[in-house]
Amino acid sequence: MSDTKKTRIPIWRDERAYAVLAQVAFVVVVIAAGVFLFGNLLSALRRQNIPIGFDFLPTRAGFDISDSFLEYTASSNYLQAFQVGLVNTLVVASVGIVLASVFGLITGLAGLTHNFIISRLARVYTEIMRNVPLLVFLVFWYRGIVFNLPKISEALSIGPILVSNRGVAIPWLLEGALSLPVVRGRIFDGGFVLSPELFAILSGLVIYTAAFIGEVIRAGVQAIPRGQFEAARALGFTGMQSIRLIVLPQALRVIIPPLTSQYLNLTKNSSLAAAVGYPDLWSISTVIINQTGRAVEMIAVVMGIYLTTSLLTSLFMNWYNNKVRLIER
Amino acid sequence: MKKTKLGSVLLSAVALALSACSTAPVEVTRVVEVTRVVEKAAAAPSAPAAPAATAAPAAPAAAVVAASGATLKKVTERGKLICGVSGLVPGFSFVDSAGKYSGLDVDVCRAVAAAVFGDGTKVEFRNLTTQQRFTALQSGDIDVLSRNTTWSLQRDTELGLNFAPVTFYDGQGMMVPKASGITKLEDLKDRTICVQKGTTTELNLADQMGVRKINYKPLSVETADDATAAYESERCDAYTTDISGLISRRSVLKKPADHVILDVVMSKEPLGPAVRHGDDQWFDIVKWSVFAMFAAEEYGVTSQNVEQLKGSTKDNETKRLLGVEGDMGKKLGLDNAFAYNIVKGVGNFGEVYDRNLGPTTPTAIPRGINSLWNKGGLMYAPPIR
Repeated sequence: MSDTKKTRIPIWRDERAYAVLAQVAFVVVVIAAGVFLFGNLLSALRRQNIPIGFDFLPTRAGFDISDSFLEYTASSNYLQAFQVGLVNTLVVASVGIVLASVFGLITGLAGLTHNFIISRLARVYTEIMRNVPLLVFLVFWYRGIVFNLPKISEALSIGPILVSNRGVAIPWLLEGALSLPVVRGRIFDGGFVLSPELFAILSGLVIYTAAFIGEVIRAGVQAIPRGQFEAARALGFTGMQSIRLIVLPQALRVIIPPLTSQYLNLTKNSSLAAAVGYPDLWSISTVIINQTGRAVEMIAVVMGIYLTTSLLTSLFMNWYNNKVRLIER
Repeated sequence: MKKTKLGSVLLSAVALALSACSTAPVEVTRVVEVTRVVEKAAAAPSAPAAPAATAAPAAPAAAVVAASGATLKKVTERGKLICGVSGLVPGFSFVDSAGKYSGLDVDVCRAVAAAVFGDGTKVEFRNLTTQQRFTALQSGDIDVLSRNTTWSLQRDTELGLNFAPVTFYDGQGMMVPKASGITKLEDLKDRTICVQKGTTTELNLADQMGVRKINYKPLSVETADDATAAYESERCDAYTTDISGLISRRSVLKKPADHVILDVVMSKEPLGPAVRHGDDQWFDIVKWSVFAMFAAEEYGVTSQNVEQLKGSTKDNETKRLLGVEGDMGKKLGLDNAFAYNIVKGVGNFGEVYDRNLGPTTPTAIPRGINSLWNKGGLMYAPPIR
């Protein structure tokens, strides 16, 4: 009989120990690399006498911003300029997500109809948008289309909406009353004016993202077995009712995860606003970097903000996904 | 465009972080620097040199001095100069359809290359937007920034730049369509004005309109091309930038004659090449490359007669400039014929000006205050001795 006494594997021959050791070593290397790079950054900046820190934020910015939802003048400080950019980005992202969802749903369902012309149109639109780079499309949209809208003196009126290459003016509630826009000299008076830049980035992102959302919705609906729809019709639901009450709620389970990606894409793509002259978070940050030279600080903050926004969007969508998923009893 | 820019800024940040990887050669060059300082002090044992000599070995200065000489070494090893330009401003820096660069800013780069290599063609040009230019210089992507950049206190200090002599004294102007009837800034009330992002122009515009209490709408765009596109499609009523830039950009409009530049000068815009802090020797090289062009014009040395003058001149100043007498080039760490090479390969300042902005060019700008000091202008080279 052999010795039954349990012998421990010596630590230098234990594979598990090596596995743990490798992970610890990896973390140490990553942290050391980070510390080394940061240290080098600091010494490189010091060598060129470039200061680092956030002390520049409360100083006077001195530049004007074309689009702002906040109170801002050239005498405001860099922090306020930054906030203007942040709000502009959030406006584009949130309004863009809502509109892209609506148009995406329409596109997706249009692609599923049996009407030949409508479904072909939806396909053509989707294929064009999916195969053109967003930046190219935005530049075309801004310079090719928006710039060539009628001049303000000859503004096109679509009902109460005025369209020109100085912007799109829509009726808006001002001080409790509905205010209709009119052209006064070279500017719009009354109503709410979307500048050509806001209009270009918002509509550009919506048109682009809606094509992708349409595909997500089409895929989601097609994932539901035909029998579900046919059963609904057999029970006497109308076509619209079957889609709204039977098909879409089930399709949502398939749709939500890729839809979340599209929402995140739209938010991040809003940083292309600079290409159409809209002062979003990134655009204003580059101006601040250029006026102050604080590239490291500003890039870090901007990355942090995009990260936070995206994580919050994901968090919300995951919560919603959990709510609509199939609950097994 | 936007994405690549984000990329380049990030890369620059990483490059900035990594740039201390060159610590080893820095240690070596420190020795070189010290000898150079001593040489300088020995060459000019006058009163003002004394404090400089005592300050040099002081501890706090060491960190700044450390990198001195590194740029010249890097450029020589690479075999070419990397120069940041705009590439979009005819007369200053412009790429033609054959990919060839021309312009005043471009010729300044060529002059520095001629000084270092004896060959003005050993330059690689990098097109930079107003947004990219400073980061590119700070992180070491380029050796010289020659991109119609305005010299200002804040850029000279916080942005870590050193400005070589001004090569073009400019002022900010405003261009409007002739048909608009606008004649003064006050007429721009409620109008939209196109301006490039992150420029001194953008700040001056806000200042000037603020002081005059004129309510206007700015449209800040990325490049001069963006601004021109917006202006031509009447998205903006006016376009503001340096007057030279307006003249230059007007030449590429569809109908240049339909546009006028208002008779207002909104600011002082001294434009010149810049280098980064921390390398005094390189700063000196760029500075004296420009001064050599001024001096050559003053002494009547041109690319045509430089060969002959080098052998025959009796004038001591010309002799020192062309490296016949004295060790002027050596003091800069260059060949004594550095100025000769500049004039031979690129020309004197007058030749460079006429070639790019002279009356026969599409971007003609009267010489005005950009003439030599003895012809009523501001261009003045300190003595070369």
